Amino acid sequence: MLLERLIKFFTSLRLTVVLLVLSLVLVFIGTLGEVHLGLYKAQTEFFRSFFIYWHPSNAAWKIPVFPGGYLLGAALLLNLVSAHISRFKFSRDKIGLWIIHAGLILLILGQLATDMLAVESQMHLRQGQMKNYSESDRLDELAITDITDKKLETVVAIPQRLLAGKGDLRNDPLPFVVRVKEFYANSQLSTNAAPGLARVNADSGFGASLWWKPLPRETAMDRRDMPSALVEIVTPQGSLGTWLVSDWLEQPQTFIAGSHTFQMQLRSERFYLPFSLRLLQFHHDVYEGTDIPKNFSSQLLLNRPDTGERRNVLIYMNNPLRYDGRTFYQASFDTDNAGTILQVVKNPGWLTPYLACVLIATGMVVQFLSHLIPFLRRRRS
Amino acid sequence: MKKIVPWVLVVVFAGWVLSTLHHPPETGFHTRDFGRLPVLLGGRVQPLDSVARNTLLQIRERQSVDELSATAWLMETMMAPDRADKLDVFRIDNLELLNLLQLSERQKYYSFDQIQPHLDDISRQAQRINNTDDASHTAFERQLLKLDNALELYQRLKLSLCPANTTDFAGQLADYEQAIPAGVAAAQAREAGKSYDQAAFTRLLDFLSSYNDLSKYAYPLMVPPAPDAKSRADWQNIGQSLMNVVHGSDLSPAVKAYAAMETAYNQNQPAAFNQALDDYHQWLGEWFVPETRQGVQEFFFNEFQPFYKAIFIYVTAFLLAIFALLTFALAPKLSEMLRRSAFWLVVLGAVIHTFGLVFRMWLEGRPPVTNLYSSAIFIGWGCVILGIILERVFAVGLGSAVASFAGFVTLVIAHNLSMDGDTMEMLRAVLDTNFWLATHVVVVTLGYASTFMAGLLGVTYVLLGLFTPLLKQKSGDLELGKVLAKMTYAIVCFAALFSFTGTVLGGIWADQSWGRFWGWDPKENGALLIVLWNAAILHARWGGLIRERGLMNMVIFGNIVTSWSWFGVNMLGIGLHSYGFMDAAFKWLVLFVSSQVALIILGLLPPGMWKSFQTPPRPAGP
Repeated sequence: MLLERLIKFFTSLRLTVVLLVLSLVLVFIGTLGEVHLGLYKAQTEFFRSFFIYWHPSNAAWKIPVFPGGYLLGAALLLNLVSAHISRFKFSRDKIGLWIIHAGLILLILGQLATDMLAVESQMHLRQGQMKNYSESDRLDELAITDITDKKLETVVAIPQRLLAGKGDLRNDPLPFVVRVKEFYANSQLSTNAAPGLARVNADSGFGASLWWKPLPRETAMDRRDMPSALVEIVTPQGSLGTWLVSDWLEQPQTFIAGSHTFQMQLRSERFYLPFSLRLLQFHHDVYEGTDIPKNFSSQLLLNRPDTGERRNVLIYMNNPLRYDGRTFYQASFDTDNAGTILQVVKNPGWLTPYLACVLIATGMVVQFLSHLIPFLRRRRS
Repeated sequence: MKKIVPWVLVVVFAGWVLSTLHHPPETGFHTRDFGRLPVLLGGRVQPLDSVARNTLLQIRERQSVDELSATAWLMETMMAPDRADKLDVFRIDNLELLNLLQLSERQKYYSFDQIQPHLDDISRQAQRINNTDDASHTAFERQLLKLDNALELYQRLKLSLCPANTTDFAGQLADYEQAIPAGVAAAQAREAGKSYDQAAFTRLLDFLSSYNDLSKYAYPLMVPPAPDAKSRADWQNIGQSLMNVVHGSDLSPAVKAYAAMETAYNQNQPAAFNQALDDYHQWLGEWFVPETRQGVQEFFFNEFQPFYKAIFIYVTAFLLAIFALLTFALAPKLSEMLRRSAFWLVVLGAVIHTFGLVFRMWLEGRPPVTNLYSSAIFIGWGCVILGIILERVFAVGLGSAVASFAGFVTLVIAHNLSMDGDTMEMLRAVLDTNFWLATHVVVVTLGYASTFMAGLLGVTYVLLGLFTPLLKQKSGDLELGKVLAKMTYAIVCFAALFSFTGTVLGGIWADQSWGRFWGWDPKENGALLIVLWNAAILHARWGGLIRERGLMNMVIFGNIVTSWSWFGVNMLGIGLHSYGFMDAAFKWLVLFVSSQVALIILGLLPPGMWKSFQTPPRPAGP
């Protein structure tokens, strides 16, 4: 009895309509949210969540007030699948609808997979520069490099999420403990004292003469956080000192632990590639007599040592490079036109929308014909 | 009668349209020929007439200055600026701004001479306002920025053909050419530290400094590249071209021609002017065939103004269609005649509308939708075609009424959007792809059009149902209300199909160009809203949750959703699609949305209050 009612509830068209309307409301308030939260934060709060929460400012508690994107998507999927299972009856005039909905399921699942698996990063190349890694545009890492051996550098990278937890961090090859005493996900540094700024409590490195303060996290899509942290290097023999590490500091800081020399730097998280790209030439074409951009293009040299592959590639607007499971897009450029910024996307699910699209289009054609043919027959007779 | 009247009407209107194509030969200065001359502006070759019209639209919100045509005004501005300064061309409505300029409020348009004493003040204020956030600007500040921009455009136009205070440009050029050899020799001697001819040096320097101003401020690039130049896009302005002569280039025939025209214009010698103009046209025709053709064709298009003509025809058709509906029960024969007239006028309007649309595509070499302006033209076109199909299937006059109304409104919206400047502007890099413009943009715009169409049918249903008994009126075997419901359902199916396909195609474009099928960009979200709403309507209908009235109320809400995605999201000013940010339209959007909400409230009134659903009082029994 209860089961029957449950099945009836989950398979009903009424539920479909309610879910569609709720999705409509969600997308609308999400769009408004993007205005003051920024695209990134609004996405996580509204679309990549099960619930949207409300809390009074500065309160520690929060209550769910509206279903989020994940919840609505899952409910729509459940509704769709269960309706089709419970009402499955093979009939010719339903085939089209079946295919359309199968395409929709694939589309939703594919987007979920993208959401979970896709990694987006960026590659900033100056003219002539070569890189074999792309960088995260959101998160940092603390890179500690053992430079004792001039021929072989060993790098230990501590991701931002571990730094944010503060406390003692140990890693096998390192003969010391990294004690994170303070971590600001976004920060401001200064060489002078000013209201709101505090003296950096460092006794070694650049930090000893600097002032700093935490800043709210950036929410806009086109700006990034500049994290800073205060770390103490502690060997079994005792502390070596306290350093300020920061994304603002472009030079690494050197220290000696035992017989080894190390460099330490807080930098954008890197994703290494099995090949390198060198920027040969960046072009920014404008229409004659205007500053309206006509095209952006990057002429690159792709070099893959393990296969000996070495060739020129050209990336321009609407024409990315797909290579080794990653796609490189022309995303931005330096204002002096001597550098390019490529968006690097690794998305195993990138084909699903294309397949879904083919399925849905087929379904629509089938559905259309299955109505049109009988209609024409009736007219003829 | 039933057949003759519609045909007479169509012939009269078509005759009017065709008659505007004929122009008597010009006496005096050949203004229209001058307007056909190709120049380069905004990255594209266009006739001077387009430069004139687009500038006037920005500074005066009109395409002419009273009886002066746009090109005639441009000639005054470029060649006789002292006279042009007295013409009332700057539109100012804001009272605070008028106060600042110490101008009376009685005028609508003001001349440069009236504004000139306050130029410094205006540019100082504009600088200050430009440093503040767009969103915080008051009406006064917005109008001041607009005026500042208008003044800049106007002053640049004045310095496009010849230096300030020139009345005999041809004579001046002859002097310049003569001054070059001695001047250059003097400059070289001076460089080498030898004694040099001071007078010859200064003379050349004077010329160069005034041509340098010209090269800095000129608005359109009026001098085509040399016929043997590598790039055909290498146009120059007259100042640059003149400065290059010192470095040994030949004086371009274009500059000579414009100078001859300037002199003749100032000496009031139409014959000499026309001769120079003809010679220049001939020279262009020899070396610059595509550019000349572009100029001539775009001039024809500007002058023909197909969309304004279509507006007029749509209004007439709409009135006829309304009368046809109102007389439906009372005078069926008259109604049928009016209905046919309305239908054939809509068809005529559609023919002209289509002509304009296709001509624009041909001029631009682009699919129909490239910016907000052309989206309005195309949405209107889509609605009109859908309406014509509906009228063919259900001959009750409703299709014509809705088609003509939609055509009229969208073309008026397009007219208002054209105030921003060139409507055939070049496309920014990411949009520069005819394939995606032809697929994603066209399909998604058709989705907008059909959703609006369904909404309009819904509005018709509510208005007819509440205030007239027409919904219960039989037309053939079906009641009018049922006919409307059928139409609406069919259009919603179309809308769902188009908006869904268009949105997915957009996702695929996004995946191709920046690696994200879906990025929750506001404009994408807007399209998704339309898809979700159409899907909700269809599922509600299939599940029997709504019937006729419910369907109508839902499609009216579809109008709100669509207007939000079309205009609303652009007002947010964020995201990758924020190409058409505008705030003046905001109050119209609010007005539109409230009107639709009001209609939905009306649509929710109980059936007893609907005139169509009231049971007629029974005749008293025996």
